[in-house]
Order: sequence, then C-alpha cells, then structure tokens
Amino acid sequence: MLHILLVFSPLLGSVIAGLFGRLIGARAAQLVTVALMGVSAIAAVIGLSYIGTEPFTVPLFTWAVVDGFQVEWALRVDSLSTVMMFVVAGISFLIHVYSIGYMADDPGVARFFSYLSFFTFAMLMLVTADNLIQLYFGWEGVGVASYLLIGFWYTRASACSAAIKAFVVNRVGDFGLALGLAATYFAFDSVRFDDIFAAATELAGTRLAVFGAEFDTLTLIALLLFVGAIGKSAQLPLHTWLPDAMEGPTPVSALIHAATMVTAGVFLVARFSPLFEYTPEALAVVTFIGATTAFFAASVGPTQNDIKRVIAYSTCSQLGYMFAAAGVGAYAIAIFHLFTHAFFKALLFLGAGSVIHALHHEQDMWRMGGLWRKMPITYATMWIGTLALVGFPLTAGYFSKDAIIEATWVADSAFAGYAFWLLLISAVLTAFYSGRLMFLTFHGRPRVPELAAHAHESPPVMTVPLLVLAVGALVAGFAGLSMIAPEGEFWGPAIFTRSDNEVLAAIEEVPALVKWSPTLAMALGLALAWLFYIKAPELPGRLAQAFAPLYRFLFRKWYFDELYDALFVRPAFALARALWQGFDVAVIDRFGPDGVAAATLTATRRMVRLQTGYLYHYAFAMLVGVVVLVSWYLIVVRP
Amino acid sequence: MLVSDWPILSLVTFLPLVGVAFILFIRGEPEVVAQNSRAVALWTALVTFLLSLLIWVNFDPSQPGFQLVEKSPWLAGLGINYYVGVDGISLWFVILSTLLTLVCIVDSWYSVEYRVKEYMIAFLLMDTLMVGVFVALDIVLFYVFFEGILIPMYLIIGVWGGPRRIYAAFKFFLYTLAGSVLFLVALIVMYLQTGTTEIPELMNARFDPSLQWWLWLAMFASFAIKVPMWPFHTWLPDAHVEAPTAGSVLLAGILLKLGGYGFVRFSLPMLPEASLAFAPLIFALSVVAVIYTSLVALAQTDMKKLIAYSSVAHMGIVTIGLFSPNALAITGGIAQMISHGFVSAALFMVVGVVYDRIHSRDIEAYGGLAERMPVYATIFMLMMLASVGLPGTSGFVGEILVIVGAFQVNAWVAALAATGMILGAAYMLYLYRRVIFGPLVKDALKSIRDMRPNEIIAFAPLVVLTLFMGIYPQFFLEPITSSVGPVLARLQPALELAMR
Repeated sequence: MLHILLVFSPLLGSVIAGLFGRLIGARAAQLVTVALMGVSAIAAVIGLSYIGTEPFTVPLFTWAVVDGFQVEWALRVDSLSTVMMFVVAGISFLIHVYSIGYMADDPGVARFFSYLSFFTFAMLMLVTADNLIQLYFGWEGVGVASYLLIGFWYTRASACSAAIKAFVVNRVGDFGLALGLAATYFAFDSVRFDDIFAAATELAGTRLAVFGAEFDTLTLIALLLFVGAIGKSAQLPLHTWLPDAMEGPTPVSALIHAATMVTAGVFLVARFSPLFEYTPEALAVVTFIGATTAFFAASVGPTQNDIKRVIAYSTCSQLGYMFAAAGVGAYAIAIFHLFTHAFFKALLFLGAGSVIHALHHEQDMWRMGGLWRKMPITYATMWIGTLALVGFPLTAGYFSKDAIIEATWVADSAFAGYAFWLLLISAVLTAFYSGRLMFLTFHGRPRVPELAAHAHESPPVMTVPLLVLAVGALVAGFAGLSMIAPEGEFWGPAIFTRSDNEVLAAIEEVPALVKWSPTLAMALGLALAWLFYIKAPELPGRLAQAFAPLYRFLFRKWYFDELYDALFVRPAFALARALWQGFDVAVIDRFGPDGVAAATLTATRRMVRLQTGYLYHYAFAMLVGVVVLVSWYLIVVRP
Repeated sequence: MLVSDWPILSLVTFLPLVGVAFILFIRGEPEVVAQNSRAVALWTALVTFLLSLLIWVNFDPSQPGFQLVEKSPWLAGLGINYYVGVDGISLWFVILSTLLTLVCIVDSWYSVEYRVKEYMIAFLLMDTLMVGVFVALDIVLFYVFFEGILIPMYLIIGVWGGPRRIYAAFKFFLYTLAGSVLFLVALIVMYLQTGTTEIPELMNARFDPSLQWWLWLAMFASFAIKVPMWPFHTWLPDAHVEAPTAGSVLLAGILLKLGGYGFVRFSLPMLPEASLAFAPLIFALSVVAVIYTSLVALAQTDMKKLIAYSSVAHMGIVTIGLFSPNALAITGGIAQMISHGFVSAALFMVVGVVYDRIHSRDIEAYGGLAERMPVYATIFMLMMLASVGLPGTSGFVGEILVIVGAFQVNAWVAALAATGMILGAAYMLYLYRRVIFGPLVKDALKSIRDMRPNEIIAFAPLVVLTLFMGIYPQFFLEPITSSVGPVLARLQPALELAMR
C-alpha cells in the first residue's frame, strides 16, 4: 500500500493538473500536485526502512499473457529500488516546491506541474519494474516527459528542436533496449527479472545464434541493454541531446539531471548486475564508454559560457564516472555516486535557476559577476554544491567520487587503467570548470552593472529547497557510506556480484598516493580556476588564442553535432525526398497504375467504337450473356 | 443478458440496411432531409454498435473456434450456405467497424453539407459490408462483401472527395479490383479442389504444395494491395488525400485491415507450406515498407499524405508479425491492426479538424495551433505518441510483440523493423512541431476555434481505447491468442518439415 501510494500519487496529481488545470485554476493545480508529490516523498522516506530486508513484489494487474510472454504491472521493492525511489521522489518534491516560485508568472503553470509529476511517475515506474516491459514503459515514459518539458516553451524554435532531438536520440537508445528485450526473451523465455536473474548463471558462456552469427548470450544482451543506457544517460555517442535539453525551464533541467531520466541508465546496469557480472566483455565496453564520456564532457565544460550548459556537461561527465565504476564491477559505488550526485546536482541547477531568475533569464556567465552580495543564500549553497561536486574532503562527492577513482585503480579488468587516468584528469577539469563557474558568476566585479543592480535573492519557496539540498550535499556521503561497505548487507540480493569480485574490499587498501590523488586533482583544478578567473583574468583569452584550433574543437563540443547533422540528418531528408519523388512517383506510378491506365485508355478508345448508344444493342449483349451463364450453370454445374 | 439464441451477427450485419431504407424514404426541404438523414444514420449506427457489443458479451474468449454461428441455405443449388460466425480475431474487427462508422457519422455531422442523404446511406452501407466481411464464413459470402465494400468507398471518394477525386477513386478502384480478380480465381480453384466453400472446412483442407504456391500468389496479389504492402502502396496516399475525412477513417481503420485479415484467415491456415515458403518475400517487402515509407513520410508537405505513408509503415509491422510463425508475433500483428484502427482513424480526423477550418492540408499553412486549440493539441499529442508506439498506448502493444516474436524467427528482420521506432518518432514529432508548436503568426489561424462538441465526442472513444489497450492489452489479446492457436497448429507440421 505504501508503495502504491508512493508511485501513483504523482500520477494522480499529474492527471488532475493536466485535465482539470483550466477548471480549478493554476493555484489549485499547483497545490494538488505539490501535495501529492509530498505524499509520495513521505512514503519514500518511510520506505527507507525496507533497506536490507527481504525483497518483495506488489502485484497490480496483468498486462499481457501470450505463451511464455507473461507481463504483470508490479512494483518491485528491494534495496536498489528503495534507494532510487527515495532519490526520485525526494528530489522531485523539492523541485516541485521550488517551481512554485520559479514558474510563478508563467501562464502554463498547471501544464508544467502536470508534466513534472508525470515525469516523476514514469521514473518511479521504471525503478520499481519487475520485468523488462514495465521498465521499458518507464524508460519511454521519462523520454516523452522530457520531450514535453524541454519543449515546454513551445513558441521558441530552439526549444522545439531540442525537444525533438532529445526524443529521437533517446529513441536510438530505446531501439537497442527493445532489441535487448527481444534477445532476452529469446534466450530466457521470459521477460521477468526473477526468471532472468535466476537463469543467468546457467546461460553464462552459452552461445546465441542470431543475426546470422553466434554471440555470447549474455554479452549480446548486456550490450544491447547498454545501448539503451547510453541513450538515456547521455553517454558517448548519444550524448548530444543533454546539453540542448537546457532549453526547458531550469527546474526541469534539475529534474532530468539529478533525479529522473539520466540516472536510469546507471540504474539499468546495476539492476542487471546478475547479467553483467558474467560478461567481462560488456563490462569493458561500459568502462570504456563511461571513462571516455567523463573525459569528453569535462573537457568541453571549461569552454562553455552558458551557466546551465556548464552544469549539463558536468552531469554528462559525472554519469561517465558512474558507468566507469559499474564497468569495473563496483555497481554499489556507481549507485552511491548516483545518490550523492542527485543532491549536489539538483542543488547546482536550482542555484543556477535562482541566478537566472534574479537576472531575468540571463544565462551567459560573462554577463554576471559579483552577485554574492546580492544573493547570499544562493551563493553559499552553490558553493556547497560545487565543493561536493569537485570532491572537497568530507562533502558528499568526496566519498563517492574518490571511491570510483580508487575502484578503477584496484580493478584488473580491461580499460580499468585507462579509466583511472582519464577520470583523474577529468577530476582536475571538473574542479576547474566548477571553480570557473563560481568565480565568473559570483565573484569579481559585476560585468554588466545594470543587470546586477536589479538582482535580488529569490523568495523562500525557492531558497528553502536550496538549503535542504545543501544539507544533503554535505551529509549524503556519510549517510550513504554503508552502501559501499564490502560486506554487501545494504544491498542484499538487489545488486549481484560474483564471489571473486572484491573491488569494494580492495579500495580500502589502496596506496596513500592513489587515495589522495583525487583530492590533489581537485585542489589543482580549483587553484587553476582561481588563477585564471580571479588572479590573472587576461590568461584565459590569451590561452584560447594561442591554442585556437584546440579551443574551437572543445568549444564546438568535439564537432559531434556537426558530424551527426552531416552524417544522419541531412542524408535522411535528402534520401526521403529522393525516394518519394524519384521512386514512388517516377518509377512505381509511372510503370504501375498510371502506365496501366494510359495503356487502358488507348484500348478503351478502340473499344468505344463498339458502343453505339442504341439501347437494343446493349439489351442484346446482355441477353447473350445471360444465355451463356444459364447454359454453363445447366451443363457444367447440374448435369 | 441472455441473447445467445438471437441471430445476433445477422442483426448487426443488416441493421444498418434498415437505416438505409428509412433514409431513402425521407422527403421534404433539403435542410430537413439533411437533418433527418443525419439523425437516422446516427441512431442506426449507435444501435448497431451497441448490438455489436452484445457479440462480445456472448463471446467466450477461451474458445478458439467460431462462435455465435448461424447457417442456413442460401444458394441452395450450388450448395452454398449463408454461414456466419466470429472468432477471437474477427470479433474485434466487427466491433471496430461498427464503432468507426458511428465515429464517422458524428465527426461529419457539420462538416458534410453536400448530398447528406446519400452520404449517410453510403456510410451505413459500409457498415453492413464491413461487418459482413468479418463475420462471413463462406467464401462466396466473404467475396461478395469483400468486393462490395469497394463500391460505397469508391463513391465516397469520388463524390465527396477533393479536387483530384476522380483520379484517386479510379486508382483505388482499379488497383484493388485487379487484385481481387486473382483472389476470385484462387477461391474457385479451392472450391473445385475440395468441393466446399466453407471457410472452417477449408482451414482444415490440404492442398498440394505446388498448387499452394499458385493459390498463395493469387491471394497475395489481392491482400498485398489491400494492406498495402510496398510496392503496391501508391494508391493509398492518393486515395487518402482526396477522400473526405470520414472516408479516410474507414479506409485506414478497416479497409487496410482486410489485407491482413485475409492473410490470417486464408493464406496462413489454408496454405501453410506456401505461407512459410513465401515468408522471406513478405519480410523483405515489409522491411522495405517500414524504412522506405517512413523516410518518404519525412519528406511530405501534405499532412494527410504523411499519415497515409505512416500507415504503410505500420502495416509493414503487421505483415512481419503475421508471417513470423509464433504466437507472439501473430498476436502482435493482429493487435497492431486493431491499434492502427484507433490511431490512424484518429489521426485522419485530426487532420480533418483543421482542414474543415482552414481548407488546407499543407503543413506550411499551420503553426502555433497550441495557442488557440489546447484540446486539439492534447488529442493530437496523444495520437501522435500512440502512432510512434509509446508504451502505455495501444501502438506499443502490437509493435513490441511483433519485434520480440519476429526476433525469434529472424533477428535482422526484427532489428530493421525496429528502426521504424526511430524514423516514426522523427516524422511524427516533426509534423507535430510544424503544426502545433511555434509562434502563432499566420493571420488565417488567429481566429481558429478549438474542437466542437461533436468532434470531441467523436474522438472520445478512440482516445479512451488507445489508452485502455495500452494499459490493459490482455483484454484484447485473450481472445486473439486463443484463436491464433488453430492457425499456429496448421503451420506446425509445415514448420517441422522446414526445420528438418
């Protein structure tokens, strides 16, 4: 009952606000959704008591039964889904509250809250799924919710494009997930998690004959599922939608980046740990993609000028960290980082939103500066978020991020060394761009005085969520430490690791240099940022000029958008036009119906001469016909 | 309610003709005639629909065979009976037919003003013929309905259609007729071979494999054009573009299903060896259909053409499902047909709503409608998402079952069919964006009205069913799966032979 309340209150709120928003008014719609989201969040907090207990399932009703394909709507409750529900419902509730202030003067408030709650509901369905179909429902549900929210300001062309891009790019990932689902059913004769995980050991090492070749069963399935994760979690090469998703209102960005949507991919890998554990090949791919994305996004971050974009790339990068951890078998650390990241990333986005709100939708950091006096709460909480992100000792990120870097050091899987070095470099870059963001926004002198003059601290409805999240960003690391305890009691059967997987135990015995390396990297990054943007502000410009090609490469985000545009978007449209005009009209119709019609017409002209127009001619012809028919009937059918 | 001894199938089939008779007798001022014709048609269609629900009430979903069977001598000299019945597959198509007729009549309440009397007669005739084709259990009866449908449809396009209606109507008629002739030949041969015209008996007949090939090809010609499968699809965009809205609704909602229904009812159970042998051909054409027509849809500037092409792509999924010999895929193919009946019908009505107001199907003529038409934008959004197969809508059910089922047979086919997910999202979202989103700047649109009550009533059942089927598909799938059983049983020996 608790979990039904938890999952379905946001849906109820969404439906009420969506259908009756106009009737009951924006104020009431807001109240209902926020209240119901509150119910969900309280249920999620109470639900924490289920951690470490025996997993169970709350069945709802049958979706479909065809042969062995049996799918139920059901809520699966175990430590993994409980942690996810807590993160999703808790953060989402704070974002709902914050949105009351942020969206106060928007005409589409009811619609906005309806979408927001639906987004949360879809994510809750995803994390509580007990079979692949329900997971897929939540998976695409968050996709469509993000589409609606990114395109919320639908009169803006850029918002519409970003929304379509998000949905279509996600669909590419979902395509992989759908095939993964099909392959799973092919191999396991079931799409229910319990059946799949129970049979995983048996199928380890077996071959599956598909696509005209033979593949290792679990590797194929794991990789196909991972394609889905790449799309949803914005990893290379399907990351391009995430930075553009900034077109949505800022609370949406916070929701996408912290609680819902992008964490789904990491969750998927952790959920399928019983499969991934038996396929080192797939794990190696996960590590490689994760580490590369972490570095890629961290390298782009320092060149971006839009405050939200910097944070967006930071999300992309941090998700890469999580995948790198999962890839070396440290699923628990990946989820731990997901947990801590949710707090400080939501905090950073909402803080950025507070700044944007204060500056009347100005997002360019070069038009900010010196804001700390004007908005002290936002300033202080954002510093807390930044420190947590860069891994300042004893903040949330310090525990989780450092554990990831240590895990890549101790693991002996393929790409673990590659991951260690890339993640370490990324840690420097993370600290650098985070420091840059803070210095440019809040420190120094206002670069556009008239903008800064009108800046003001946000109302309490926005700052209170910031303060709550700031507390989370400070203590989530301590609070969640039991998640990565090597005994594994926290997770129970929810996360599976093979008996020879000892990453969690090993990270407690890494050399001191490795242990302190992330902290040193952080210090270096922050110091560089201070040097570049406080001490010697002329340096960045000179460096950018000196290394112009490199700067452009990073600024243009490694040219991924341009590449995809040239490789997929344009050719698809060109091919589309060519097929339609060149083949449908010019070939099929010309030689098909129109050709036949023309030939018929010629024949008809000749036949016309037979038609005299005299009624008795026709009558005679009909009579002959009848005679022939009757004769045939009498002679052939009834002899 | 105990009505099991009523001839309920015949009642549903022929009740619309009673309405036709009434309308024929309406006399008086043109205004009065129009109004009364509408009213009679509405009541007739409504009662027919409610009666068709009684079929469902009396239907036992766990039984695979034909139920509510009626049989009486018809052409006694030829040994041909009037023989009707439904199984778990035709059940849904019968109800879909009566529902869509009702929806059509409500939807064209105000928008059709020309020759209202004849218009309503045509739709009631369609009702009889559509129900008839799905309940017929005798090939002669089936063929009469199967061909008969062409006539009112031809008139609907030719009389109430757009500027190029004559071209489109002819193209439609000739194309489909050409296929039907071969189908007729096949039926005659089957009769001569077995001496029976009863479908249930023919489903158990054995034909010589070499004969099967010819029979199969003859039927394929007819069904492939109806579906329509690539490359026999070019009549469809023209027919849809010129047809009036309600004509498109029935064309997309029911007439396209006749091809798929024919495959399930005739090709698969009667010619199992040939069906398996030709499956690769079907797969190839279907995969091309999915990718090719999805791409072509992307390039369209005409809303109706875009939806028409998307229909071809969706029907490609159907044919892949039907010819993948496992319960999952065949059930999925049928589920996809039912869903397409709701979704494509609704999408054509979506186009009709703005066409009635602005008289343009050109995507460029629109933009920013969300501002003035929030209800419309919402319904359009839902149907667009159902069309791209979003889980939770009916469009997902068939698609995923087909992909999972086809994967067991041929993973490449499944993978290529699944690319339709990506392309479908691209063209539908792109369409929606150009029509609904963006700023409202065009003068013609500044005073556009949102949906009228009759339009909302017409959409309501489709909206509800689209969501209901997405959330609780088992309701629809249960009878389908039991009736797919016998079809699979017929395929089984051939399948085992092929495996060896």
